[in-house]
Amino acid sequence: MTAHGWAQIVVFLGAVLLLTKPLGLYLTRVFDRRRTWLDPLARPVERLLYRLTRVDETHEMRWTEYASAMLLFSLVSFIVLYAILRLQAWQPSGNPQALGPVPPFLAFNTAVSFTTNTNWQAYGGESTVSYLTQMAGLAYQNFMSAAAGIALAVAFVRGIARRESATLGNFWVDLTRASLWVLLPLCLAGSLVLVSQGVVQNLKPYDRAVLIDPQTVTTTDGTGRETKTEVTRQVIAQGPVASQEIIKELGTNGGGFFNANSSHPFENPTPLTNLLEMIAIFAIPAGLVYMLGELTGSRKHGWTVWAAMAFLFLAGVTTAYWAEAQGNPLLAADQQPSALAPGGNMEGKEVRFGIPASVLFATVTTDASCGAVNAMHDSFTPLGGMVPLVNIMLGEVIFGGVGAGLYGMLGFIILAVFIAGLMVGRTPEYLGKKIEAYDVQMSMLAVLIFPLTVLLFSAISVISPSFGTSSISNPGPHGLTQILYAFVSAAGNNGSAFAGLGANTPWYNVALGFAMLAGRFLFIVPMLAVAGNLAGKKRVPPSPGTFPVTTPLFAVLLVSVVLIVGALTFFPALSLGPILEHLMMGQGRTF
Amino acid sequence: MHLRTNLVISVLMVVVTTLLLGVVYPLLVTGLAQALFPDRANGQLIYRAGRLVGSRLLGQPFSSPGYFRSRPSAAGPAGYDAAASGGTNLGPTNAALVDAVRARADAARLENPGIPVPIDLVTSSASGLDPHISPAAAAFQVPRVARERGVADAVLRQFVVEFTTPRDLGFLGEPRVNVLLLNLALDERYPAWGSSSPANR
Repeated sequence: MTAHGWAQIVVFLGAVLLLTKPLGLYLTRVFDRRRTWLDPLARPVERLLYRLTRVDETHEMRWTEYASAMLLFSLVSFIVLYAILRLQAWQPSGNPQALGPVPPFLAFNTAVSFTTNTNWQAYGGESTVSYLTQMAGLAYQNFMSAAAGIALAVAFVRGIARRESATLGNFWVDLTRASLWVLLPLCLAGSLVLVSQGVVQNLKPYDRAVLIDPQTVTTTDGTGRETKTEVTRQVIAQGPVASQEIIKELGTNGGGFFNANSSHPFENPTPLTNLLEMIAIFAIPAGLVYMLGELTGSRKHGWTVWAAMAFLFLAGVTTAYWAEAQGNPLLAADQQPSALAPGGNMEGKEVRFGIPASVLFATVTTDASCGAVNAMHDSFTPLGGMVPLVNIMLGEVIFGGVGAGLYGMLGFIILAVFIAGLMVGRTPEYLGKKIEAYDVQMSMLAVLIFPLTVLLFSAISVISPSFGTSSISNPGPHGLTQILYAFVSAAGNNGSAFAGLGANTPWYNVALGFAMLAGRFLFIVPMLAVAGNLAGKKRVPPSPGTFPVTTPLFAVLLVSVVLIVGALTFFPALSLGPILEHLMMGQGRTF
Repeated sequence: MHLRTNLVISVLMVVVTTLLLGVVYPLLVTGLAQALFPDRANGQLIYRAGRLVGSRLLGQPFSSPGYFRSRPSAAGPAGYDAAASGGTNLGPTNAALVDAVRARADAARLENPGIPVPIDLVTSSASGLDPHISPAAAAFQVPRVARERGVADAVLRQFVVEFTTPRDLGFLGEPRVNVLLLNLALDERYPAWGSSSPANR
């Protein structure tokens, strides 16, 4: 571990800290429908949009209508995206490589993946989807699934902030304002910044370069006969990358334009773009935490939650950094870092990023539900790869996905105040709202959906040699981790992968698709029910028995609840996967 | 219930916002990018004598001894296929990884005995298109390239330093050497080399 490495981590967190308050205040104004500097531009577009889509912006929704509007929108989005993928071959333009239709199972998986903000990719971008599909299908869903997540978080915060109210706001208005006031302007500016640093943005067909040093490739066929092929050209995939790259991070989506995602030099050409992309992942989630404090009248509570998240973030990145900088004792080469060499476990990592910028990205992308990668998690050391896995297992509440991180953390907060209430023997309260049986039941239901989905599907996969374990590419304990990671990532709507797993099969496409659906919607609906229930309650003044949610003690309690729920649920699986692999690696075992 | 109303809104919303965010937005960004940063928006392509020979951002495979070699690559059968990016995704205890790295390191040691083999030179990158090697990995290859090209070691070492990019802003990322740019410059500055040159094959 080096001083440069730590400087990158500190500067990153410092930048997020500085952005939290201004972004939080801006988000508060946008969703309170107060004036912002963007109104002269955005307000006319908003009005036109409501007229075209017949939205009544004064209409207030109960939680049930809010939920059904969100579900209907997701359903229509899914159908349209599925159709775009299947009908790709007939696109009138925007398909210069003449790519054919996406096969049905893969199209189902991909359409679910992008409408649930997961962006799990069982396909390679440059070889499967056209420019038009990327723009109008995939990048579009990057916007809308993120906007829907923000809308849900806003609705939940309103549930806490409002008193004796039957409604939570209007889904269409929140969705539209999240797009027009937040995502679109940030993306317009951000994509141009990325292009200025080298991220490509064009619509031309793939280029063909002549190799300076032509290569001869020898392949052996089944009978042992050797064939030599001369490779003289390099085909260079192009595309409208920057416009998708920025929303992929800002919306914590994570679906790469290219197969190699943010490790591809056209998506992430320099260490500076790498820093900007990581900041983009945390920016809105951090701002939403500030908005929680602002809208509920307890800024200190917002910062307490922020601090708990920052602590978990630092714990993760430190562990991963330590593990990857140690390197892999089985590799027979020099892994000492120096002024001239990155050192550490460089398999699956880029030289320009080295170890610290790779582990930082891996931690950030899984703290949030982003899932973009700039290094291959499958090739991390066992403990280094366990960090992203555990981050997702904890529910992606460490700043978390846009919206999803906040309402996920609010579930844990309700559990934390409930447990605190049990300890002091009083009815728990949260920011003036009594937390009662219904609220705890619904929160618990939401929290349990995730491990249930993960463990059920993983268990089926590991006992099924014909369709489950046959996709494993790394034998030994690592194979279990590959399967576990896939379902954790899908149910957590993350989208990153231990990418060696051959996931483009009917079983994995369908099972992961259902894991994504369960992880998103079976989580959202009970959480909205809590929000709706909280909104209707009276505000009770704090009493001496109230457990304050603005103290370091509360932050410690919250961190403990997050860790205990995650650790207790998944520890047996972790001990058979990465922990066992770590011990065997130490003994020099290979598989 | 408002189910029917919200279903109609859903359909209209998907259509209208797809036009705005899925068509107008990316085309607007493309137009601006092409107007403001045409070279960067198109991938910083390199031409020599009117021929496209690569991109400043993408690595290429090199195997002739007179060239500096790039890292191993899992992109396509020859490596560095910029239409099939990706890593090996081999796990840390996979014998296939451990054996491959050992074989590469052994081969490297033959050519440069007694000097530690930098890890980046014998491991594959995440993208399979990594344009860089570490300054240590470049220095490791200097004796071979110098011998092939008939250049003094010290001269070539200085040449490599000129092509070394420092950390961004002094602390971001790692120092690095762009292999394609280095080799292109090498061909211009020290063109004469032995019968193994691709030009003589």
